Amino acid sequence: MATMIGTSVKRREDAKFLTGRGNYTDDINRPGQVHAYIIRSPHAHATLASVKTDKAAKRPGVVAVLTGADTAADGIGGLPCGWLIHNKDGSPMVEPPHPPLAQGKVRHVGDPVAVVIAETYAQARDAAEHVEIDYKALPAVSDASKAIERGAPQLHDEAKGNLCYDWHLGDKAAVDAAFAKAAKVAKIDLINNRLIPNAMEPRAALGEFNRATGEYTLYTTSQNPHVIRLLMGAHVLHVAESKLRVIAPDVGGGFGSKIYHYAEEAIVTWAAAKVNRPVKWTAERSESFMSDAQGRDHATHGELALDKDGKFLALRVSTVANLGGYLSTFSTTIPTWLYATLLAGVYTTPVIYCEVKAVFTNTVPVDAYRGAGRPEASYLLERLVDIAANVCGLDRAEIRKRNFIPKTAFPYQTPVALQYDSGDYPGCLETAVKASDYAGYDKRRAASEKAGKLRGIGISTYIEACGIAPSAVVGSLGARAGLYEVGTVRVHPTGTISVLTGTHSHGQGHETTFAQVVADALGVPMESIEVVHGDTAMIPFGMGTYGSRSLAVGGSAILKAVDKIVAKSKKIAAHLLEAAEADIEFKDGVFSVAGTDRSKTLGEIALAAYVPHNYPIETVEPGLDETAFYDPKNFTFPAGTHICEVEVDPQTGVVTVEKFTAVDDVGRVINPMIVEGQVHGGVVQGIGQALYEGCVYDPKTGQLLTGSMMDYCMPRADNLPAFSVGHHTTLCTHNQLGVKGCGEVGAIGSPPAVMNAVVDALKPYGITHLDMPATPERVWRAIHSARQPRAAE
Amino acid sequence: MYNFEYSRAKSVADAAKAASGDAEAKLLAGGMTLIPTLKQRLAKPTALIDLNGIADLAGIKRDGNNLVIGAMTRHAEVARSKDVKAVIPALAHLAEMIGDPAVRNRGTIGGSIANHDPAADYPAGVLGLNATVITNKRQIKADDFFTGMFATALQDGEIITAVSFPKPDKAGYMKFKNPASRYAIVGVFVAKTGNDVRVAVTGAGAGVFRAKDLESALTKSFLPTAVEGIKIAADGLNSDIHASAEYRAHLITVMAKRAVVACG
Amino acid sequence: MPSVSLTVNGRKVSAEVEQRTLLVQLLREKLGLTGTHVGCDTSQCGACVVHVDGTSIKSCTILAVQCEGTNVLTIEGLAQGDKLHPMQEAFREHHGLQCGFCTPGMVMSAVDLLKNNPKPSEREIREWLEGNICRCTGYHNIVKAIQAASQAGR
Repeated sequence: MATMIGTSVKRREDAKFLTGRGNYTDDINRPGQVHAYIIRSPHAHATLASVKTDKAAKRPGVVAVLTGADTAADGIGGLPCGWLIHNKDGSPMVEPPHPPLAQGKVRHVGDPVAVVIAETYAQARDAAEHVEIDYKALPAVSDASKAIERGAPQLHDEAKGNLCYDWHLGDKAAVDAAFAKAAKVAKIDLINNRLIPNAMEPRAALGEFNRATGEYTLYTTSQNPHVIRLLMGAHVLHVAESKLRVIAPDVGGGFGSKIYHYAEEAIVTWAAAKVNRPVKWTAERSESFMSDAQGRDHATHGELALDKDGKFLALRVSTVANLGGYLSTFSTTIPTWLYATLLAGVYTTPVIYCEVKAVFTNTVPVDAYRGAGRPEASYLLERLVDIAANVCGLDRAEIRKRNFIPKTAFPYQTPVALQYDSGDYPGCLETAVKASDYAGYDKRRAASEKAGKLRGIGISTYIEACGIAPSAVVGSLGARAGLYEVGTVRVHPTGTISVLTGTHSHGQGHETTFAQVVADALGVPMESIEVVHGDTAMIPFGMGTYGSRSLAVGGSAILKAVDKIVAKSKKIAAHLLEAAEADIEFKDGVFSVAGTDRSKTLGEIALAAYVPHNYPIETVEPGLDETAFYDPKNFTFPAGTHICEVEVDPQTGVVTVEKFTAVDDVGRVINPMIVEGQVHGGVVQGIGQALYEGCVYDPKTGQLLTGSMMDYCMPRADNLPAFSVGHHTTLCTHNQLGVKGCGEVGAIGSPPAVMNAVVDALKPYGITHLDMPATPERVWRAIHSARQPRAAE
Repeated sequence: MYNFEYSRAKSVADAAKAASGDAEAKLLAGGMTLIPTLKQRLAKPTALIDLNGIADLAGIKRDGNNLVIGAMTRHAEVARSKDVKAVIPALAHLAEMIGDPAVRNRGTIGGSIANHDPAADYPAGVLGLNATVITNKRQIKADDFFTGMFATALQDGEIITAVSFPKPDKAGYMKFKNPASRYAIVGVFVAKTGNDVRVAVTGAGAGVFRAKDLESALTKSFLPTAVEGIKIAADGLNSDIHASAEYRAHLITVMAKRAVVACG
Repeated sequence: MPSVSLTVNGRKVSAEVEQRTLLVQLLREKLGLTGTHVGCDTSQCGACVVHVDGTSIKSCTILAVQCEGTNVLTIEGLAQGDKLHPMQEAFREHHGLQCGFCTPGMVMSAVDLLKNNPKPSEREIREWLEGNICRCTGYHNIVKAIQAASQAGR
């Protein structure tokens, strides 16, 4: 049978979304529900002299007004950080408290100060204007490089000089020695611009408390409900898992921003018990801008040492990473283990050294955003390689080819901890060069020039690491959680199947893809399989969805559970067919005795398992329901080549993407339609970073200047061309499916491809680098201040 | 949003009466700026007087050589109007550049010019085309109508009923959009009628204004090359995270040149 | 509190609302029609697009009381029973949605586009979608879906 894998099955999720029957958190209403409005700091940095609630408490409809004093009185804990990083000297990072409601001080615009709960949201918001808060404003700092300067405003007493950690990876002495012998050195200073994730569904949380059972329920916009239950239960509310149910229903996009445990989740859950009514909070978009964890924000100096033939000898990188005002859940690992470890890229650079200072600033906390650390590594490296090509006078494809890890070198150990299991980087490049009609570029360039435009082409040959694991290894690196995944396969008495997964689908189409995988593995029609996710009361456990892990880790867990189902079924079949277990074969949903026509279907086995009248009861338990925990042996390593062509209007500085080709190696492709959709979306987030999106804080006041979509530019349909997406596949060697992950590749490969194209277009002006986003004014200024190679139009 | 009283005016007189009785009341036309402003709690009117029920405020008429557009005419209607396309195609083009389709289905010309957002499109068309704003009380020449940022010559209780556009010989509008908001960073409307050339600029200053240097250059020679050497002073122009005053000054020249090209 | 009466998806309804209640709030909170979404507070994202008297508008930027006597069509009223509207079908066929949040507004806008311009070019489709933001699909498959719906002659 095995016909579902590799097929573009239409998504089973779609019918409900297309007809308005989705069930997102804000769509849920509970009897007796009241509404919460969160009062947030308008200051980037201030002490809280007083918070007076008595007037507000008397306003119409108000049920309660709660502040940091109330959370403190109830012993509510701080929001925890899930990853401990160590300094160069081995000492642990600084972990200042992160209270859900401010305690004495606010550290960024949007920092929650109080919550007003009322019968209607409008009443809560009306009453909030009567909460009297006395802020004593303090000087603020939003730029991480400035925050570590002497005399900068200090955010946390615990963090001297605003430093969270000063970390490094690699062999510094060996790198320095290689630089001393280098024929050429390519250098770059760059900013990886801060981004605001802006999943289209704003975050929401609805807390409920059952006085009879003492059970809390939280409906939340989360990518990982079990992680929220663990963190909130154990660290914040001190509630046992058995008394805390977290449901993440339909979730309207995440891109990382819905991984973390947020203050609002704890506030509504806690407050629901306090007011003894369900409490609902839904972010307005302007709140999302100042409360959803943001992404990127690195300032980096990088140097690449080369020999006379353009072979990479060593890479030396120094990065200042902005963490924002507090540590978000996984913030500390992004600029370290998810960044520096990727600096080998797809190249044979023998020695690498990277040091990272992570810094507190008066800005919204920074955490993983689609790609998380890996886009920062790939952008740095791919820009640096282009500069190296320039320094060496080599073609940009040629210098890459000279340094690729050859197809024969796997498994390949990099100098920065990772061991790549498989890949074909020259093959990806070659496929992309063909698909993009690289050969026809000169013609297209001439046509652009004729129209008064500049044209540029850019390549990026990236790699990333997904399915972060194994647990023991990440534990030794500071992770405070395991990174396995859990799958349950429950064959019901009638033969229908529930597949429970600890991952969470919020656009990725797991309900379809996972059903395809199980349909093939068990040889049953997809229609008989239901995929269930997003409810801690239904799913044994799980770590959720992030880092392109769901299929590689979650899918593997499901297959492991399938294996257990098959193994048990064989025992039952052997009994029913009066044969030896060793003689039972399983194929296409049928258990048969080898060499005979005697067989039982999975459905018949299931019925026997639940109605065990004729059953090997002495040796086999009734029922057909298996759970597996799968802890991967290694990361997976998707890679690929992206080629971008841009046009630049030299008079206005406007850059348009004219052509974009992506050839990715995501391992085995289960559903090509869904994989391509993931790539499209990722590429556009990457193009967004390169050309349109940039979070801006006022350097003097720390006010968020891009606080709405009026000022933060979201890519629109009219900004973009159609894309050409292809694959060049090698299989992952250490998971059963051979899959690597596809969620982030687009956002990782595309920014350097776009920026390499922009810089290429501006080459006639002697421009060698431009920071993202390449906004019209930034491009125009670069052109304007450079030498003028041709008369202005 | 703060709450307010709401009434639906049946006639202009009805609306004027309601408006003059309450200084804190606001007229509600398309609502494309007013409602978002209210949602952000940036305004706290006592009452909204809805003009959407006054049928005779909407519609496009040809009046000799003039195009008369009712105040409550939606942008979408102007954009696809055969009359507008025939008489002043640049105005249809301008209307099509405003906001997005759903916004154009609600937003009105009267609301837009009464609000006089410094980055709105219509003020450039009204000033560039030397239009006349017709109210329930009088007729106001475009040159006298726009008085400053979010400010106009309209008095309390005065309601725009229509805008009358004289047909130019040639006209063109070129807009450089703010990539995020899609409002104009710089929008330049160029119109030539006989020997008279008008160049109206929106987005760049505290309000729409005429660029006299460009006008005199184009009066001498109505060619794209006539403006390309002109350097507009950046002093007093808007400066924000999207565009500095210097860049806006540069864009005025570029957009003016392209608007002349668009004149055909 | 004022009351408002209108027709929604062919059904006559009335409800008590505050003057400040937006149409989208009436739909979601009073009428239980949660298919229409709110994705921003600056009238830009288009997740809330519905048809009022046959044209697409942003239901977050119109007061419920302004809709007295109007005929409103939301995403819930587009399919004929179990039979998807051709635009819904095209989105499904071409994977024009991922998380589904922008989808109702996107579909309602796309339906209005083809009503105004049955055979739009790719460029015209992209420009029409200026007021509908999607963070998942990169728009590629949305454009494809609308092209397909157009080619199917609908």
